[in-house]
Amino acid sequence: MKTLMLGNDALARGLYESGVAVASSYPGTPSTEITESLAKFNEVYSEWAPNEKVALEAAFGASLGGRRAFCGMKHVGLNVAADPLFTISYTGVRAGLVIAVADDPGMHSSQNEQDSRHYAVAAKLPMLEPADSDECYEFAKYAYTLSETYDTPVLLRICTRVAHSQSIVDTHERVLPELIPYKKDIAKYVMMPGNAKRRHPYVENRTDMLRQLAETFPLNKIERGTGNSSVGVICSGTVYQYVKEVFGDTVSVLKLGLVNPLPEALIRTFADGVNELFVIEELDPVIEAHVKSLGISCHGKDYFPLCGELSQNLISRTLASHAEPRAGIAAVAAPVIDAEIPPRPPVMCAGCPHRGMFYSLMKNNITVLGDIGCYTLGAAAPLAAIDTTICMGASVSGLHGFIHAQGNEAAERAVCVIGDSTFMHSGVTGLINIAYNGGASTVIILDNSITGMTGHQQNPTTGLNIKGDPAGKIDLEALCHAVGISRVRVVDPYNIAECDAAVTEEIAAPEPSVIISRRPCALLKTVKPKPPLAVNPDKCKKCGSCMKIGCPAVSMKNGAAEIDKTLCVGCAVCTQLCKFDAFEEVGA
Amino acid sequence: MRSESVKKEFAARNIMIVGVGGQGSLLASRLLGRLLMNAGYDVKVSEVHGMSQRGGSVVTYVRCGERVYSPIIDEGGADFIVSFELLEAARWLSYLAPGGRIITNTQKIDPMPVITGAAEYPRELIERMRAAGAEVDALDALSLAAEAGSPKSVNIVLMGRLSRYFDLPEAEWLRALEETVPPRTLEANKNAFSLGR
Ligand SMILES: Cc1ncc(C[n+]2csc(CCOP(=O)(O)OP(=O)(O)O)c2C)c(N)n1
Repeated sequence: MKTLMLGNDALARGLYESGVAVASSYPGTPSTEITESLAKFNEVYSEWAPNEKVALEAAFGASLGGRRAFCGMKHVGLNVAADPLFTISYTGVRAGLVIAVADDPGMHSSQNEQDSRHYAVAAKLPMLEPADSDECYEFAKYAYTLSETYDTPVLLRICTRVAHSQSIVDTHERVLPELIPYKKDIAKYVMMPGNAKRRHPYVENRTDMLRQLAETFPLNKIERGTGNSSVGVICSGTVYQYVKEVFGDTVSVLKLGLVNPLPEALIRTFADGVNELFVIEELDPVIEAHVKSLGISCHGKDYFPLCGELSQNLISRTLASHAEPRAGIAAVAAPVIDAEIPPRPPVMCAGCPHRGMFYSLMKNNITVLGDIGCYTLGAAAPLAAIDTTICMGASVSGLHGFIHAQGNEAAERAVCVIGDSTFMHSGVTGLINIAYNGGASTVIILDNSITGMTGHQQNPTTGLNIKGDPAGKIDLEALCHAVGISRVRVVDPYNIAECDAAVTEEIAAPEPSVIISRRPCALLKTVKPKPPLAVNPDKCKKCGSCMKIGCPAVSMKNGAAEIDKTLCVGCAVCTQLCKFDAFEEVGA
Repeated sequence: MRSESVKKEFAARNIMIVGVGGQGSLLASRLLGRLLMNAGYDVKVSEVHGMSQRGGSVVTYVRCGERVYSPIIDEGGADFIVSFELLEAARWLSYLAPGGRIITNTQKIDPMPVITGAAEYPRELIERMRAAGAEVDALDALSLAAEAGSPKSVNIVLMGRLSRYFDLPEAEWLRALEETVPPRTLEANKNAFSLGR
């Protein structure tokens, strides 16, 4: 059946039809929908694990248990899962194991722009890279075959433009392979030095075999140009689409579907047939370095940027200025507006429960080691309440080091903030470090009862599983007590006085403490918004105090405060900033 | 105004949907994708998920034709820009192709720099877009959506307006609408569509 599918949904469909039985993942843009989509199939056991390392280990366990398994994550997730990744390369698999990793060139929703292909090279694993939804679907199937034929986990790399673009896919039925019975094999699966020493040569040999496969692999293909252009382009993934968009069939293209290991003879044959060779790739010169290592000269990062995404215009402009001009490259005359267009950065939503706590931290002039989630938006003006964001979990562990460097007074000026999902992901280990090694850190868990930033996934603190069914619920208070923190208190972030009191008391305390700032995300379907507030124009003294919280529903129009009633959910945080009681409940 | 229909032998027709995160541009782009696939074209739709959905500037690309390669539209490439908010229409203006058309909601939503007073919401944007050479079809989609029974149906009001410029029967649009919106909102969305059209 032909349908229009998101790359991530198509990938999930390909996994499903391949008979995947167990999927364990952690959300992260742009990878999240793969596992959300798999979770809709009842035949597949799917779950959100607390982090990517746990997820990959669970997926590996499922492969060992004889069923095809899957693990999905964003690029930085692979850093977290890198430890098991490098060693399951040695053990190999039992049933097929496919790991999808979604890169984010252009950093639409990420803290860095790392190129996951380096992991395939470093961990010596085959990596496939599809270029649209249909290929996501097809490549998922190839990935399982490769995994089982070559006894290896297989990486499937996608990027934002593939993950989040829809194109037409022709779907089929699911085929479930037989369960492979478990067989104890200590030499293969117990990676102590004696065994690992014997597995490493196996890995090198496997890479050689895969390299030979790459020469004839159907997903690596040469499309000879129909025009009389002597230009050849080597590319993969979404860049292939841009190249075809610009040149159609006029130039020769070597499209690589297997991006690790890379072929040799195929590249030589391709290069021999063209006069000018370009390697066009987003982010790092991985293919280019390989081509050059073969002694073949080519252009690549001398013309194309290392940073950000490519596009059809960028490619046509760059080639037009460096190669002979050719058909298909038309300069575009874009209309230009005569006006300053102010930027529109993302903001915390109206009614976001993070806002009240950030206001309190900003007002009390506190140094805030931050983390990753919707609450990272607390760094934006006017709150500007966050000092650092590195990676998930780094706030808690970083605060501990910060306080030990600065001495005890720092503990009275600094805190960290971390979301509920992020705390479960990797914050709790930092808290254990604080409990174990001491110091008077104050950790604030911003518990909005959901994984917000990535679009509302359940997590171990919500009491629901990936399908929304009841599940185990980690009790944050009990957990913090259990690791040895005795000062644990809960506040309602809609109540600024309560936040102020908790923050000032806990930073003053000479021992570690945890403040759980708890209120569900205002966008959750289970949260019923209150009626919007209104400004009483007779009471508003135009002082602008209410503008300090950066609520998108409150603005100053003609000098007086005004509420956008399409946005306001009646949280009344603004009310607490107004000395003149100008915010009123409508119809009260 | 059916006479204005743009009938092109299109190699590819490129439509950009722009707005503020949370305004429903994903649904609109899925509706269009569905419509064009049903009409027999190759289609690509590129969406944004994640950070910018939190009230940031968002853009989705819808492309159709015999064979579509790139999922994105570049500067100077859009035959239509459908904007859910006025400032966003101006922001993406340079993506309009020569002879392209802007369909924009006249609603203004202040971005945070305007709210905090760090920047001003520019005036007379419609006139300035016209001065830059763009065809602009501006309408108060928020009021029409409210009239249709749901202020959230701004997206479908604007799809109704876009439908004026397409050579496809209204029934095809309604079918795509039925296939994309949740059943409980279908009535309001149908109203919104016809008010926009
Ligand atoms: C290692 C890693 N995995 C995944 C992500 C993607 N990601 C960013 S924030 C976030 C979770 C945010 O949830 P939570 O901590 O509950 O905060 P909220 O957004 O709800 O405020 C995720 C999964 C990431 N940045 N890094």
